[in-house]
Amino acid sequence: MEYVKRRRLTSFVLLGLLLLIAGLVAGCGRQEVADKMDGQQLRGTITVAGSTSVQPFSDVLAEEFMKTHPGVQIDIQGGGSSQGIQATVSGAADIGASSRELKPKEKSQGLVETTIALDGIAIIVNPSNSVNDITLDDLRNVYLGNIKNWKELGGKDSPITVVCREAGSGTRGAFEELIMNKQNVSNQVIIQNSTGAVKTTVAGYEKAIGFVSMAGIDQDVKILKFDGVEPSVANVKNGSYKMSRPFIYLTKGEAQGLTKAFIDFVLSDKGQALMQEEGAITVK
Amino acid sequence: MNNRTQEITVGTMDAAKLLAIRSFTRKNSTLGFNRDKLVETILMLNAAIFILAIAAISLFILIRGLPLIFKVGITDFLLQLEWNPTAGSFGIGTMLAGTLAVTLTALLWAVPMGLATSIFMVELAPPRIGTLMGSLVELLAGIPSVVYGFFGLIVIIPFIRNYLGGSGLSVLAGAIVLGVMILPTIINISRDAIAAVPLDYKVGSLALGASHYQSIRRVILPAARSGIITAIILGMGRAIGETMAVVMVTGNSTIIPHSILSPTRTMTSNIVLEMGYASGDHQAALFATGVVLFIFIVILNLVVNLTLKAGKNYGAN
Repeated sequence: MEYVKRRRLTSFVLLGLLLLIAGLVAGCGRQEVADKMDGQQLRGTITVAGSTSVQPFSDVLAEEFMKTHPGVQIDIQGGGSSQGIQATVSGAADIGASSRELKPKEKSQGLVETTIALDGIAIIVNPSNSVNDITLDDLRNVYLGNIKNWKELGGKDSPITVVCREAGSGTRGAFEELIMNKQNVSNQVIIQNSTGAVKTTVAGYEKAIGFVSMAGIDQDVKILKFDGVEPSVANVKNGSYKMSRPFIYLTKGEAQGLTKAFIDFVLSDKGQALMQEEGAITVK
Repeated sequence: MNNRTQEITVGTMDAAKLLAIRSFTRKNSTLGFNRDKLVETILMLNAAIFILAIAAISLFILIRGLPLIFKVGITDFLLQLEWNPTAGSFGIGTMLAGTLAVTLTALLWAVPMGLATSIFMVELAPPRIGTLMGSLVELLAGIPSVVYGFFGLIVIIPFIRNYLGGSGLSVLAGAIVLGVMILPTIINISRDAIAAVPLDYKVGSLALGASHYQSIRRVILPAARSGIITAIILGMGRAIGETMAVVMVTGNSTIIPHSILSPTRTMTSNIVLEMGYASGDHQAALFATGVVLFIFIVILNLVVNLTLKAGKNYGAN
């Protein structure tokens, strides 16, 4: 009896503590918001949803914008280009982010597109791979499953593990449009559903090849030249590096008020400079 | 043994307490009849909301998924091997095969190991160690699946790649991670089933001259059979439904796995992989995949209920 009682007491005390902590945390959060509300003219909340490729840029831009306008709260959500487009049409998001061109059906729904930056797609391999260059035809054949060994690309005699994004992904959509020439990617390829996952897989495996947004590149992977052209900002801008796509912000009708202010900020010199810092290629 | 007697005394004490509380509330209820009614209504309302939520979710999945299944044709949808949703081919045959391959491989090692562990915990381990192991199993059950997946990605995949070959992203990696994840389910339920076998059975068997091992194998395990089958099926249900960890380690290619080292895609992986960018028929196809999963789980639950019923008729508990 005594034992049971004591255990009950302990659990009540623990529960109480937990609630107290939760209350404190929640209280702090509210305090912060309240402080921000005392800011300047612009105030309110907007939601940006969509492409996970655009998300890191939106995060940085929103952070900076909120710093200069303390009364503003910008929520950035991922979900993917298609979800971003749907959310904008339905009104769930004020701004939709897309990393692919809109399909005709999507265009007909009264969306206004603003291209906020360009992005190159980089072909990546493991740093220990001796191959430096790949042509369009070879790349297509690798993804069709016709070229199966690194030997055929001038590398070591070992099988190629092809890594690809999932069906519907903006990066994959752009890749298919630019490389695959309406043919289907082989079903033997490994599928990973984010830029980070593709990069991790390639960085950890010397036989792998993959493609990711140029903005997502770091030291862990080696970037191949494509048709002899280095994937650099300058080469994407002047059009000599062929694998690039737009980053688009969408609004339902012309942007107004806070939404317009934010998009204007993104297109401003400061906004563009921020995006460049993060690895995107500016539109201007 | 100590454990068991302790449990029984605690049980009876709780029952006595319950009776006391009940008689107390009965006395009170003559004064405040309406308050009782109120509590009853609140309880019923909660239950009703819960049932409504389940009905709404089931209905939603069916409404979003079924039209596509009928459009493609049930057999085509289930057995076609071509999955190219952006080009209009919707066949989840490879994923059915993938789900079965990963789940069965996981069961293949997790069931014997889980069963052995639970027998050890109840029959052989000193009570203190048994309790300690119980807490460890609980801990195992509490680790989020993404952590298991991450562990698989960092530890198991390089291991398979280096010692067994291939890219490492494989049925085997999925089965290892899944196996660990369903161990707690299997151990907990079969341990309870074994502990619930009346002591008389074991004592009787030992008195007839059977060894401890013989008693476990011939008397205790058969008597706990329905509980153990339930454990296996619930473990299987968990394995089929698990997503995050599997997506991270199986490679997700839409092929029928030809060996344990080949990559594969499960039905749950298919949904979580592609839902971010899916729209139109593609999205409907993912819901349709959900419908198939849903039916799988309903069937498994039915089997559990039937085994439990059969167990009762068998007279074990």
